[in-house]
Amino acid sequence: MQVFTSLDPRVNRAELPENPETEFTPKQALDQTQTYEVFHQVKTGAHHTHVGSVHAPTAELALAFAKEQYGRRGQCVSLWVVNSSAIAALDVRDSDIFDSATDKPYREVTAYANTREKIEAFKNKQEA
Amino acid sequence: MYGNISIIDKSSKDPLAGEDPNMLEEFEAKIARGEKIEANDWMPKEYRRQLIRMIEQHAHSEIIGALPEGTWITRAPGFRRKMALMAKVQDESGHCQLLYNAAETLGKTREDMINDLISGKSKYSNVFNYPAPTWADTAVIAWLIDASAIINQVTNSKGSYAPYCRALERICMEESFHLRYGYDNVVTLATGTKYQREQVQDALNRWWRPIMHFFGPPDVASVHGEILMRWKVKMASNDDMRQQFFNQYVPKILELGLTIPDENLKKDPETKKWTYSDPDWDEFFRVIKGDGPCNKERIAVRRRAEEEGRWVRAALVKPTMSYAVPLS
Ligand SMILES: [Fe+2]
Ligand SMILES: [Fe+2]
Repeated sequence: MQVFTSLDPRVNRAELPENPETEFTPKQALDQTQTYEVFHQVKTGAHHTHVGSVHAPTAELALAFAKEQYGRRGQCVSLWVVNSSAIAALDVRDSDIFDSATDKPYREVTAYANTREKIEAFKNKQEA
Repeated sequence: MYGNISIIDKSSKDPLAGEDPNMLEEFEAKIARGEKIEANDWMPKEYRRQLIRMIEQHAHSEIIGALPEGTWITRAPGFRRKMALMAKVQDESGHCQLLYNAAETLGKTREDMINDLISGKSKYSNVFNYPAPTWADTAVIAWLIDASAIINQVTNSKGSYAPYCRALERICMEESFHLRYGYDNVVTLATGTKYQREQVQDALNRWWRPIMHFFGPPDVASVHGEILMRWKVKMASNDDMRQQFFNQYVPKILELGLTIPDENLKKDPETKKWTYSDPDWDEFFRVIKGDGPCNKERIAVRRRAEEEGRWVRAALVKPTMSYAVPLS
């Protein structure tokens, strides 16, 4: 059997056949297990924010991979992972439900801007 | 490090066939306003197809790209350099994870992507089909190939597909270490003994052509190219990125007393553009098709890793598991 001669000693030790006798058996579904969404906290007191996802068979391993992937160079004090399938997301086609947000001025600070005027008017009236 | 959509895939004859004109108009208006597209937003089929192809190629380039440099981990000159090289190779493997995730949000599973890499259906950056015969080669790769990759990635990070942009931003932060590390290694050799200078010059001579190939052949005007530019999938022409590389790095290379192996390389004072010799685009296409010095070895290494790790992954699968497409 002809094996690869490589510049890489590790490849030479692996004795990889140049012409493998069998075809590669394709990876099947779940070979890469499942996905977890990762949330990190950049400093204490901050919110945890979503940074990406990892593939892992368990939450415990997902945390280990998340630490490698998203906590490599500081800037991280805490990590959460949650199975991607556990997240319920709003259908993008329903995003018009946010449209009414701006016609509710009674929920804004600016809607209560004339209190001082009322007080001044009241005082003036009393003095008169 | 290394995604280049150097050749546009034109396999769809009419890229906009069957698209709802209203949805398409809304989609294009959104991109024109500078808004980003998220995974669950409506998108044309051609947008999805081209992005999967591009991000997947980029992911494969990261994991295959770690192999030529990885060749030297066991023989790095000194402990500190060994540690630094391992850190870089580890970063590159991390980049592939980030990019596979970004591609997965578009609906292709990681299993399918890796199957397509091993069967040869999916491509990766051509430069990794060349060997790194000396330590100096790793220095030139880490400096100049990573530099090219950064130009490409910073450009792409301004594109329209949000999950890809987010992955690229994180990747670019790490690439700045690779660039400094590579530059430091080249400078050490170039300012060292006569033998060290010869080694780094030889490595530059070997890598110059692959570096010219990196950004891909000059673009020819095409409907596909125009659409991909409008959709902010392709953000700059191959030649614009190559010109940027010349502007930034030719002076730095020459400063070290190294010679660039191309007599025709010069900047036209009028047009401010660099001219260069034809880097043999036939070779580029030949190597992409599989006939490069290391194509077979690279894939064989990947295949062995998949096959030998299979029993471990199989042991970890539980009947309660189910796959969900990552969110973003
Ligand atoms: Fe990278
Ligand atoms: Fe890199």
